[in-house]
Amino acid sequence: MDIDVEQLAWIYERMQLIRHFEERLHTDFAGGGVPGFVHLYAGEEAVAVGVCSNLNDSDFITSTHRGHGHCIAKGVDIDSMMAEIYGKATGACKGKGGSMHIADTSKGMLGANGIVGGGPPLACGAGLTAKIKGVGQVSVCFFGDGASNQGTTFEGMNLAGIWKLPVVFICENNGYAEATGAEYSVSAEDIATRARGFDIPSITVDGQDVFAMYEASREAVARARRGEGPTFIEAKTYRYYGHFEGDMLRYRTREEEELHRSRDCIQRFRTQATEAGLMTAEHLDEIEGRAANAIEHAVKFAMESADPDPRELLTDVYVDFPADSMWPFQTAPQFTAR
Amino acid sequence: MTTATEIRQLTYRAAISEAIRQEMTRDPMVVVMGEDVAGGAASDNPEHQDAWGGVLGVTQGLIEEFGRDRVRDTPITESAFVGCGVGAAATGLRPVVELMFIGFLGVCLDQLTNQAAKMRYMFGGKASIPLTIRTMVGAGFRAAAQHSDSMYSTFVHFPGLKVVAPSTPGDAKGLLIAAIRDNDPVIFCEHKVLYDTTGPVPEGDYVIPLGVADVKREGTDVTIVAISRMVHVALDAAGRLANEGISAEVIDPRTLSPLDEGTILDSVRKTGRLVVVDEDNPRCSVATDIAALAATGALEYLNAPVKLVTPPHTPVPFSPALEDIFVPTPQRVIDAVHEAMI
Repeated sequence: MDIDVEQLAWIYERMQLIRHFEERLHTDFAGGGVPGFVHLYAGEEAVAVGVCSNLNDSDFITSTHRGHGHCIAKGVDIDSMMAEIYGKATGACKGKGGSMHIADTSKGMLGANGIVGGGPPLACGAGLTAKIKGVGQVSVCFFGDGASNQGTTFEGMNLAGIWKLPVVFICENNGYAEATGAEYSVSAEDIATRARGFDIPSITVDGQDVFAMYEASREAVARARRGEGPTFIEAKTYRYYGHFEGDMLRYRTREEEELHRSRDCIQRFRTQATEAGLMTAEHLDEIEGRAANAIEHAVKFAMESADPDPRELLTDVYVDFPADSMWPFQTAPQFTAR
Repeated sequence: MTTATEIRQLTYRAAISEAIRQEMTRDPMVVVMGEDVAGGAASDNPEHQDAWGGVLGVTQGLIEEFGRDRVRDTPITESAFVGCGVGAAATGLRPVVELMFIGFLGVCLDQLTNQAAKMRYMFGGKASIPLTIRTMVGAGFRAAAQHSDSMYSTFVHFPGLKVVAPSTPGDAKGLLIAAIRDNDPVIFCEHKVLYDTTGPVPEGDYVIPLGVADVKREGTDVTIVAISRMVHVALDAAGRLANEGISAEVIDPRTLSPLDEGTILDSVRKTGRLVVVDEDNPRCSVATDIAALAATGALEYLNAPVKLVTPPHTPVPFSPALEDIFVPTPQRVIDAVHEAMI
């Protein structure tokens, strides 16, 4: 395989960062410390990391409500992500977006998105920018089996198809849209077949195999960079936790969960990398240790960070708008920090 | 305001077209897309190119000058191409997207209200969305309920969006240039009945800042705030009221979000009376918003209750006999002023 140790180490580090980030949130959410809605990516790491290992900072991605993994894979700062999830001033979005809206445009991360199917049209737009600027950027659209049923996804595939936009559609089929199984809600055995109706090359990949994801997306990204248009990759994957934290998972069996955990993408990488003699167990352990420390640091950073200044309530609605009209028809309350 | 060199008479349509052309020339990141903004995209026959130039010909001629890369016919998929405009704006282009009729907003509402309007706030100021949505509003074409809405009030409701509704060719040019250059998403509402009206339009780089109302006629007895085509209805009424000795001031907000509250309140404080003329649905509308503005900001100056002149709270009817009753008339404005003068 055409992949060097440095890149392997990056892949393993990113997967471990995501896993530790999500495991920590799972624990802390259960303890009552995490505000709001949180959707964890644990189990699906190979998809985001395999894809993003082919991208640069100047490439774009759109994401979903389950966006932490995409952010980490695209290189968003971990401290700022954790602070954002805790609603702190030091958050990636100054605490104004939260888990479902983490973004970092400087990394080409165009936002997690609370709307299922919200991303494909946006990804087409980023693809149009890339096409018109003509500097070889690509736009990757992550979405799930749920969004594969949304009209916006079909419309986006059609637009990317007719305009040959440099968009790579990554359908993360984790088997469930909220509490509804894909077997029920998706009128197709393989979602990848849907792309055929748009004459978009498509493939179904084992999303638990980061090397398979790397290979498939490498070819798709290369096609996009060459100006040959969109590709559609369906990654069969599995989320270890519920739709959101607090979901009691009364719609799937523990046996099914165990089966998928036995195919864990991180364990599989370890086995593959060590058996092929590409990396040593010590090296992998060291990387995991660093990832664990990074998450520990992020939590500490978030906890020690200040709440947003109350005046932040009224800023960033517009680039330019009369400041005194953000609270119309009434006397604005006096701001006091918590 | 930039002063331009020469003033010609142009149609509202030509003024809008000129604004787009000038901005496309000035900034290579400005792209136009929408349904049949050129037309004939599937044909190799040169005679078929630019077959429509927009459903009412507003964008005619642009592909000849700028080519299909920057003047993009889209499939009839509003969510895709409006959302594409949002994503393109977030990543460096300055798209001008045509939503053919404002009644089609329901098809693409999420991309405007959940994506375009909220991205900057949700991302803590790290994104800007320099997107202009041009859309057609208004009754009067016998186009029935789904192609005749005004509905700009719907967009005013959403923080993060700006809303513009010009009433004259000159305002249309100056405001559209401002909208395209603006770094926030702007919904630019063109009244279909006004396309063939003419008026003075400065040449060159003519910019009217967003959020600044225009006093279209000065007066002392009553303030009439009117929007889009209703400005002309109000001016007609004001002319006739002058004949009976009533001096009406006609204010055109021009931008509905941000609203120039100061100009409206100053006028109401001067005249003591307010009539609002608006073609949009009357409930939860810009008209009721302006009435609320007077009630919360100038009640002590009011000598009479605020009067609204709007359509009924119904869809727009098809039958010419009904549509002509639906749209506010100068006589209804005169009647409302008379009620306010008591």
